[in-house]
Amino acid sequence: MKKIFGILGLLVFVIVVTAIKEPNFLNAYNLQNTVRWTSLFSLIAIGVSFVIITGGIDLSIGSTIGLVGSLLAYLLTMKGWSVPAALAAVMLMSLAIGLAHGLLITKMRLQPFIVTLCGLLIYRGLSRLITNDQSQGFGNSFEGLRHLAIGTFSLPFVPFAVPFPFLITLVVGILAAIFLNRTIYGRYLLALGRNETAARYSGINTDAMKMIAYVICSVLAGLGGILFSLDLNSIQPSGLGEFYELYAIAAAVLGGCSLRGGEGSILGVIIGTAVMRVLYNAINILHIPTHLEFAIIGAVILSGVIVDELVKRLAAQRRAARP
Amino acid sequence: MNPLLQVRSLSKRFPGVLALESVSLSVAQGEVLAVVGENGAGKSTLMKILAGVQAPDTGEVLLNGEKVHIDSVRTAQRLGIALIHQELNLADNLSVAANIFLGREPRAGWFIRRLDTESASTAVLQQVGLDVAPRTLVSTLSLGRQQMVEIAKALSANARVLIMDEPTSSLSQHETDALFRVIKDLRRRGVSIIYISHRLGEVKQLADRVVVLRDGKNAGELSREEVSHDNLVRLMVGRSFEIPRHRLETQSGKPKATSDNSALAVRQLRTAVFPQHALDFSIERGEIVGVAGLVGAGRTEMLRVLFGIDPAISGEILIGGQAQLIRGPRDAIDAGLALVPEDRKQQGVILEMAVRENLSLASLRRDSRGGFLNGACERSIAEEAVRALNIKTPSQRQPVQYLSGGNQQKIALGKWLALKPRVLLLDEPTRGIDVGAKQEIYKIMEQLAADGVAILFVSSEMEEILRMSDRALVMHQGRLTGELQRHELSEEAVMQLATGKSSP
Repeated sequence: MKKIFGILGLLVFVIVVTAIKEPNFLNAYNLQNTVRWTSLFSLIAIGVSFVIITGGIDLSIGSTIGLVGSLLAYLLTMKGWSVPAALAAVMLMSLAIGLAHGLLITKMRLQPFIVTLCGLLIYRGLSRLITNDQSQGFGNSFEGLRHLAIGTFSLPFVPFAVPFPFLITLVVGILAAIFLNRTIYGRYLLALGRNETAARYSGINTDAMKMIAYVICSVLAGLGGILFSLDLNSIQPSGLGEFYELYAIAAAVLGGCSLRGGEGSILGVIIGTAVMRVLYNAINILHIPTHLEFAIIGAVILSGVIVDELVKRLAAQRRAARP
Repeated sequence: MNPLLQVRSLSKRFPGVLALESVSLSVAQGEVLAVVGENGAGKSTLMKILAGVQAPDTGEVLLNGEKVHIDSVRTAQRLGIALIHQELNLADNLSVAANIFLGREPRAGWFIRRLDTESASTAVLQQVGLDVAPRTLVSTLSLGRQQMVEIAKALSANARVLIMDEPTSSLSQHETDALFRVIKDLRRRGVSIIYISHRLGEVKQLADRVVVLRDGKNAGELSREEVSHDNLVRLMVGRSFEIPRHRLETQSGKPKATSDNSALAVRQLRTAVFPQHALDFSIERGEIVGVAGLVGAGRTEMLRVLFGIDPAISGEILIGGQAQLIRGPRDAIDAGLALVPEDRKQQGVILEMAVRENLSLASLRRDSRGGFLNGACERSIAEEAVRALNIKTPSQRQPVQYLSGGNQQKIALGKWLALKPRVLLLDEPTRGIDVGAKQEIYKIMEQLAADGVAILFVSSEMEEILRMSDRALVMHQGRLTGELQRHELSEEAVMQLATGKSSP
C-alpha cells in the first residue's frame, strides 16, 4: 500500500509541475490522448507484471504486438476474413505464443530471458514475412472495429470525452486485480515467485501456474496489439510495438513489481504506466528536445527504484531488532 | 595462564531489543571454549562482533592483553580471528586452492601465482587432514570436506582464534568425528577455539570450559568437570529441565493395527539415487517411527519419493491399505501425506510471506470456493495453528523471516495441521532450533500420534531417535539395514546398523 502512495505521489507531482508550466497540458484533447495511451500501455504492463511476479520476464511483448497488428490488418484487408474470424485468429495465436513460452520455460527448463528474447526476434521476422514487409492499414473501412480503439464516450463530471480503451483497461484491470488478490491462483503466483520450491512442497502445481502467467501476458499483449494497430491505422510490420516490452517492464517495476518475483499490485502498475505516459507527454508539451525522451524516462525510473530501495533498507534496519 | 582473547562487558542494542548486555568471556591459547545458549541468547551477535561483522555499542575486546578495535572483517582476519559460519561461505564453482586464498592471492602484478597457491594449499590441507588435490572443485566435495576447506582457509590466514558456529549441524557422524580430531589437533598446536553448538553431547566431548549465555547475558560458566547435560540445560533455560521419559513409558497402551490397513506401507520401493535397493516397511496409525542413518544414507531421498517430489523407479505406496499413484506433492497431499522438509528456509516456509499466508498455503485449495480465497477460513486456520503450536509472533501478518528458527519450524509443520494428514513425514524436525522449541516439537509429535497420525521422521541426532521412536528404521547407503523395536533401541544398536551391519 505504501508503495502505491509513493508512485501516486510521483504521478501527481509530474502532473502538477507540467500543468503549471504549460496549462495546455490540461486541455481536453491532450488529456484524452494521455488517457488513451495510458490505457493501451497499461494492458501490456498488467500482462507482464504477472510474469514478473513469478520471477520471470517476457521480452517478446513488442514483437507479439507487431505480429498481431500486422496479421490482423493483413487478414482483414488482403485476405478478406470476417472481423470475428480475424480477431479470433490473432487472439488464439497470442494464446499459443504464451503457451509455447510457458512450456519451454517449465518443461524444457529454459530461461525466460532466452525463450522470450528468441520470441522477440522470431515474431518480428514473422510479421515482416507475412506482410512481405509492406505497411498495412485499415484505410477508411472497419469504422466499427476501429471504434474500439479511437472511439470515445462522455462521462458526467469529466471535462473530456473518455476514450474507449479506458473502459477496456478498467475491466481488464479489475479482473486482473481480483485474480491476483482474491483467488488462490493469485496467491499461488505470489508464493511461487518468492520461493518456488516451498510452493511446490506445499502442493502447488508451480509449472501450471507459471504457464498461466505467460499465457496471460501474451494474450494481453495480443489484445494490446489489436488496439494499438486499430488506433494507429498505419502499421509498419518492422516497427509496430518496438521497445514496448521495455515500457511495460519499466512501468511494472515502477508500479511496485520486483524482478526478483513475488511482489506486485495491479493498481500500482497502472499508475506506473500513467507516470511514464505523462512524462512522455510532458516532454513533448514543454518543448523539451524529444531526443532526451529516453534519458529522462530512464532517469526518473532509476530514481524511483533507488528511493524505493532506500526506503526498504530503512524499514529492514528498523526491523532487524533481533540478531 | 594469560587469556589470548578477552571480551569485557560487551553490549549491543538493536532497535527494540538488547541483544547483548555486558557480556564477558575469555579464551586461553590452545583452549576449546564452548558457548551455548538458546537461540536468541546472543551467541551469534557476540560472534559477529568478534569477527568484525558488527560493532559493539560498549565494551572492549583484548587480544594478548592489548585493547583491539575490530572494525571490519579484514581487521579481524589480520588479528587472527576467523569465523566459520554455520552455512559455509565458499565459492563452490572455484577450486579448493582458489577458495583458500580468496581475496589474498599471491600475485605477480595483476596475475595470480597459481602454482604458489596450490603448493601452499597442500600444506594447510594436510594440517586439517584433508586429502584432496588443491585443484579439486569445491562443489564436488561433501559438506564435511567443504568445512575442512573453510578451516584450512582460516589456518592459512594464520588464525589464532577460530570461531565455529554450529559446525556439525549438517555433518555425518564420520565427518563429525573427523572434525573433532582436527579440533583436538589444533588445540594441541595452540589454536584457540570458540565452539558454538546446540548439541550438548558434543560440548561435553570437546570443551575445556563452557560459557552459557541467556537473554544476552552471562548465565554461568562450567569447568570441564562440571559439564553435564543437566547442568548445561539448567543454565540455558534458567530452570531445571527434566527430560521427560519416553511417552510409551508414561502412556498406557497404544492402538495397534494389523498390517493390512497400515497407515503407510511401502513395497519394493526403489529410488533413483539407490536403484539397486528396494525398500519395504510399514507404519501403523499412531506410531512414531524414526529413520536413523548417516548423512547420505538415502533417507531424505526416500521421503522425497514418498511425497512425490522425485519419481519412484518402481514399487508401491499404500496409504490405509490403498495403493496410491503419487506423481507429485499434490497427489501425495490428496492421499493424506504431509512433509516437513529438511531445509526449512528453502523448502518449508516462504520467508517473505506472512505467518498467516504460510499457514494457509497448503489448505487454500481445499477451502476455496470456485477458486476464490476464503479469508475467514484462512484467518481461523492460522489462528488455530498459532494457538495449537504456541507460535510466538506479534501478529499473523508478520513475515516469517523475522521469527526465530523454532517458530519457523512450527509454521512449516503447522501448515499441514488443517489438512489432518494421515501420515506425517518429518525430515530433521529439530535441526538448528533451540532446546525449548525442540521440546515443543516433540510434544506436538506426540500429540499428533496420540490423535492417530502415523509419523515417520528422519533424524541425524541420536538422542532424538532414541527418545522419540516407537520403532526405528536404520538405513545405510540406500539400504534398509534393520529395524529396531523400542526395547532394542540403543546407541550401539543403531550405530551398528547405520554403519552397514545388517540385523541378525
